[in-house]
Amino acid sequence: MTMTDSQTGTEVRQLTYVGAFNEAMRQVMADDENVFVAGEDVGKAGGVFGHFAGLAEEFGDRRCFDTPIAEQAIVGLGTGAAVSGLRPVVDLMFMDFVLVAMDQIANQAAKLKYMFGGKATLPLTITTNGGAGLSAAAQHSQSLEALLAHIPGLKVIMPSTPYDVKGLLVASIRDDNPTVFVSNKRMLGVKGPVPEELYEVPIGQGNIVREGDGVSVVAYGRMVPESLKAAELLAAEGVSVEVIDLRTVQPLDIDLIVKSVRKTNHIVVVHEAVRFGGLGAEISAQVTEQAFDYLDAPVTRVAAPFSPVPFSPALEAHYVPNAGSIVEGIRQALGLPTSAA
Amino acid sequence: MEPTAEILQDLHRRMVRIRTFEEAAGRLAEANRLPGFLHLYVGEEAVAAGVCGVLRDEDQISSTHRGHGHLVAKGGDFKRMMAELMGKATGYCNGKGGSMHISDLDLNMLGANGIVGGGVPIAVGAGLANKYKGNDNVSVVFFGDGSTNIGAFHEAANMAAALQLPVVFVCENNEYGEYTPREQTMAITDVVDRAAGYGMPGVIVDGMDVVAMYEAAGEAVARARAGEGPSFIEAKTYRFYNHHGVQVLGMKYRSDEELERWKKRDPIELLEARLPEIGVMTVDEIAEVHREAEVEIGAAITFAEQSPQPDPATLLDDVYSLTGANGGEVR
Repeated sequence: MTMTDSQTGTEVRQLTYVGAFNEAMRQVMADDENVFVAGEDVGKAGGVFGHFAGLAEEFGDRRCFDTPIAEQAIVGLGTGAAVSGLRPVVDLMFMDFVLVAMDQIANQAAKLKYMFGGKATLPLTITTNGGAGLSAAAQHSQSLEALLAHIPGLKVIMPSTPYDVKGLLVASIRDDNPTVFVSNKRMLGVKGPVPEELYEVPIGQGNIVREGDGVSVVAYGRMVPESLKAAELLAAEGVSVEVIDLRTVQPLDIDLIVKSVRKTNHIVVVHEAVRFGGLGAEISAQVTEQAFDYLDAPVTRVAAPFSPVPFSPALEAHYVPNAGSIVEGIRQALGLPTSAA
Repeated sequence: MEPTAEILQDLHRRMVRIRTFEEAAGRLAEANRLPGFLHLYVGEEAVAAGVCGVLRDEDQISSTHRGHGHLVAKGGDFKRMMAELMGKATGYCNGKGGSMHISDLDLNMLGANGIVGGGVPIAVGAGLANKYKGNDNVSVVFFGDGSTNIGAFHEAANMAAALQLPVVFVCENNEYGEYTPREQTMAITDVVDRAAGYGMPGVIVDGMDVVAMYEAAGEAVARARAGEGPSFIEAKTYRFYNHHGVQVLGMKYRSDEELERWKKRDPIELLEARLPEIGVMTVDEIAEVHREAEVEIGAAITFAEQSPQPDPATLLDDVYSLTGANGGEVR
């Protein structure tokens, strides 16, 4: 499928979010013999969401293979292989499962380089799928990026477009640090333009996806398109919303956020993770430290309430932030009437 | 395989170097000249020496919180080790790791580990790398009896067997997990019984007999090199000092009599009683090995004490690699 680029008039190929992931894997594996994939169902099954489809057939079961359901051993497999000179991609299927593997992620992979006085190099990529909205309930829906971003030594990637999925996955695999790459499982079928060639998107750089001067909305993952919808709704009322897609939460592109806040004087942080102790708290603190005098209102957070993710669609719809709740958050930040008022 | 005279001398020297390093570290700790925790390997020397005596430089080992002995056995340099124990800039880890994380990747020693069982999955990953690269290197993981009670061990042992990786599992069964007797934490007498559950060949070895360790390790390593998968060795051994620190007698968790019984089977004394009998080393030659080790440790302590403290400006160095796709600049 193609569409025409509005500026150049050339046709740009469209891929889905998961298709972009798959293409990045295929191209990086073809490019670098040291890259391999291991995890539950990543072999002939191609991953439960299709991220790894066709890789075992194309590259053989030496380079793409199934493992036991054993998350600690999967991450340890990647860590030991990485420290021995390979460039592993290990898959944990659901982000909730990082908790099963947390010792190997946080105590081992993240710390080996530092503990060994810099000698170790850990080009390890852990891929997983986060986010709610599929009635996957409390153990298959979480957004745990704040836990991971809190661990020195890890990088955490949360892309929102097929273009960024491909470029950031390539960058993650080529990066010499342990990196957790989080796909959003409600976005897997979303389509967007993706160049056919191998390219990288820099890790740690956010992206202004909509310019505005009235309020800065900072989001990542699936909250980016929801924030864009909210911006569109408010534009009809004359509110100018700038939307920042962080793309990476560790390292955090705080410079981009602060620059935007200095222009808009208002900030709303949006994430699917629970509000308490989430990325919004960190961003709020850093903005306060660096741009307090520019703020016309307190930092507003739009996030999930402090509960496990519920199963019932009727409950989950109230749990996950959406364009409507983001509009409310923006109104609150700007001192405009809210529906609750 | 029957060790030659040269190999016996090598095994002896490895054990003496471990004992000398550990005794010196213990004395320094008692004198409050070492920061942090100290888990001494004294009594268990035959295990590390016997196994590492079989290995090539390219073979990887992963270790435990009681890890000095493994690094010494793999060829660790006393100066850089002692400097690391003192937290100095010249240490193996630039003072960032200490006793519990001592490592030298140049010797393919993938680190002591502060988490019980934490090194087991990593060694399995190293084994995978060897198989992936198509070399015939082997990774060896040392762990205690207590490690086999933790989930990571089970996951990694099963993974190694399922993927038929060149890994040798060496259980140092010293009969205590910290201060709790092994029989209170598992309902089996021999840890090796667990190997069968993974479809892995396993043997029990007298962990106080360095020759027996060398021979058993030789078989397991040869099997791994030949692509025949992982093996399990249970070394029956004992730690002469405490879980942590150096206190020996009067502890409530084990009897003085039990300790004395094991010390009669001191692995170094056992070998040194044999060497002159079989004409491999004279008593004087044995004493010379000890003297050399004492000179080496003396110089290492001096080196470590005279080494600079790490510069606080290095605090944030090496949290991230600055190489790879787009560097490691992290705020």
